[in-house]
Amino acid sequence: MTDSAFDWMAAANKKAKGKRPEYFDDPEDERMLSILMAVAGEVSVLRERMDTVERLLETKGTISRDDIESYVPDKNAAYERGVMIREYIYRVMRGPHQMVEELKEAEPSLEELSKELREI
Amino acid sequence: MNDDQKLDVAPPYNAVARHGVSPNPSHDEIARFDFLANFNKFMASALGTGNQLAYDNRVLPKFKKEHGREPKDRFEIRRAMNEDPFHLFWSALKRNSMEMRQQNGRAIVLRQIDELNAKARQFNEGRDTLELNPEIEVPRYQSAVDIHCMPGSYHGEELPGDVSAGANYDCGIFATTGGGLGALTDGGGMALVEWIKKERPGWAPRRVLDIGCTVGHNIVPLALAFPDCEVVAIDTAAPILRYAHARAQSLGATNIQFIQASAEDLSRWDDGTFDWVQTTMFLHETSGKALPSILKEGYRVLADDGLMLHLEQPEYHDGMPLFEQFLRDWDAFNNNEPFWSSMHALDMKDEMISAGFDRDELFETGVRAVVDREIFPENATGEGEDHGRAAFWHAYGAWKNASAIQEAAE
Ligand SMILES: C[S@@+](CC[C@H](N)C(=O)[O-])C[C@H]1O[C@@H](n2cnc3c(N)ncnc32)[C@H](O)[C@@H]1O
Repeated sequence: MTDSAFDWMAAANKKAKGKRPEYFDDPEDERMLSILMAVAGEVSVLRERMDTVERLLETKGTISRDDIESYVPDKNAAYERGVMIREYIYRVMRGPHQMVEELKEAEPSLEELSKELREI
Repeated sequence: MNDDQKLDVAPPYNAVARHGVSPNPSHDEIARFDFLANFNKFMASALGTGNQLAYDNRVLPKFKKEHGREPKDRFEIRRAMNEDPFHLFWSALKRNSMEMRQQNGRAIVLRQIDELNAKARQFNEGRDTLELNPEIEVPRYQSAVDIHCMPGSYHGEELPGDVSAGANYDCGIFATTGGGLGALTDGGGMALVEWIKKERPGWAPRRVLDIGCTVGHNIVPLALAFPDCEVVAIDTAAPILRYAHARAQSLGATNIQFIQASAEDLSRWDDGTFDWVQTTMFLHETSGKALPSILKEGYRVLADDGLMLHLEQPEYHDGMPLFEQFLRDWDAFNNNEPFWSSMHALDMKDEMISAGFDRDELFETGVRAVVDREIFPENATGEGEDHGRAAFWHAYGAWKNASAIQEAAE
């Protein structure tokens, strides 16, 4: 048994030595993004767990936690779960993903368009 | 469904092979790595294309307007890109994925650290194939920062005498490479075995030195392919070696001796001891002075007609677009790889010549990870490449005095 004095989750959270780069003007934004990313990850974990439960229930009437822990998807299920995670990531990352499209083409503002439409 | 119609998704973490000291992941721990592996794919492909667009459409025109010229090196591009909101956001996301990978891996390992230490002890205790030398100092280039944001780096211990650094390093590579290195993360080593069997059919080295072996991912395949060969694998970090030795033993690679030693001082080995001296993904974690001295020592302990081989990401040669160099440099400044940028700007041929080789003894070749393609996808190179992590390397090699020996024989 692990010595109860060893707080493994606190140890897992240790910061890596080396100054962290700053990506945003406001340092609070760094923290906010890290929380959002962690939550995004944890929701994905919940979805995968639900998927495991559903798949197990489909083949068995009742299941135990051990069944969940030892579940190994076959090739097809593994692919379907990959697609599920991918879809989830695209949903969550809509904002940054749309930035890529914005970069392709500078668009006129709606104010400009509104002026234009008045004239045609 | 036809494979071509399939979406590009990461293989499941369940496909990672287990060995005698593998940490045992829970269902949700597996799911965390599944998320990260797919997230990193998204970052390299769908979102990653935004970096080039931001550069072409925004950053470069602005730079030219301000300076009246093109950027002259990758550093100027980096400074300009670090003003761009898209690139900054992309980098912030990527940095988080690296930090999450470390936290996730450490949590798996540390919650079962006693079991892991006990497993390692079973393979390690009383074996003369593991030699730890506590007087070996951690070089400054290893202690200045925690390399790739790995808290405690290679040499850190959470509990005295533990294997946590090795186990964390081992279990999380899947997340950053999307499984591209194969079930045992040994696609590089497997590729070297395939390469040498073609290059020198029938040749069997008597002694091999692997420098900076870490957990032995890429030396175990070689040891298994040449079971009569005496392999020496050195590293400065004890926790890594404890794990590496136990892992190798459990995989049946009992002909590797793991020794805590610094590559800068190989004085315990006589000139010409080894038929093969190699580093794999190692030199970029050394320093400006250490690298040449390691190559010199490696040359000295290499026998005539012996092979020296270094696997790395490709160097920043003159023909490589500056923007690609900048992308390849991301880890240097965002993932604690402080020698990465300088190392990749070196001309490895010149370095090998300074170490003692003749120019005509040198060769270069590309090495693609050899993995089970049924399960593990080929990492993208070029478009969609996760620069710095692609499972495709550049090999810098030389056969020592090979031509002189051949001439003498004729
Ligand atoms: C990036 S890892 C190498 C990866 C490994 N060769 C593989 O293919 O999986 C770098 C390793 O070099 C070790 N190292 C750093 N400086 C060293 C030195 N001077 N002598 C020996 N090992 C060193 C570190 O402890 C770390 O384990």
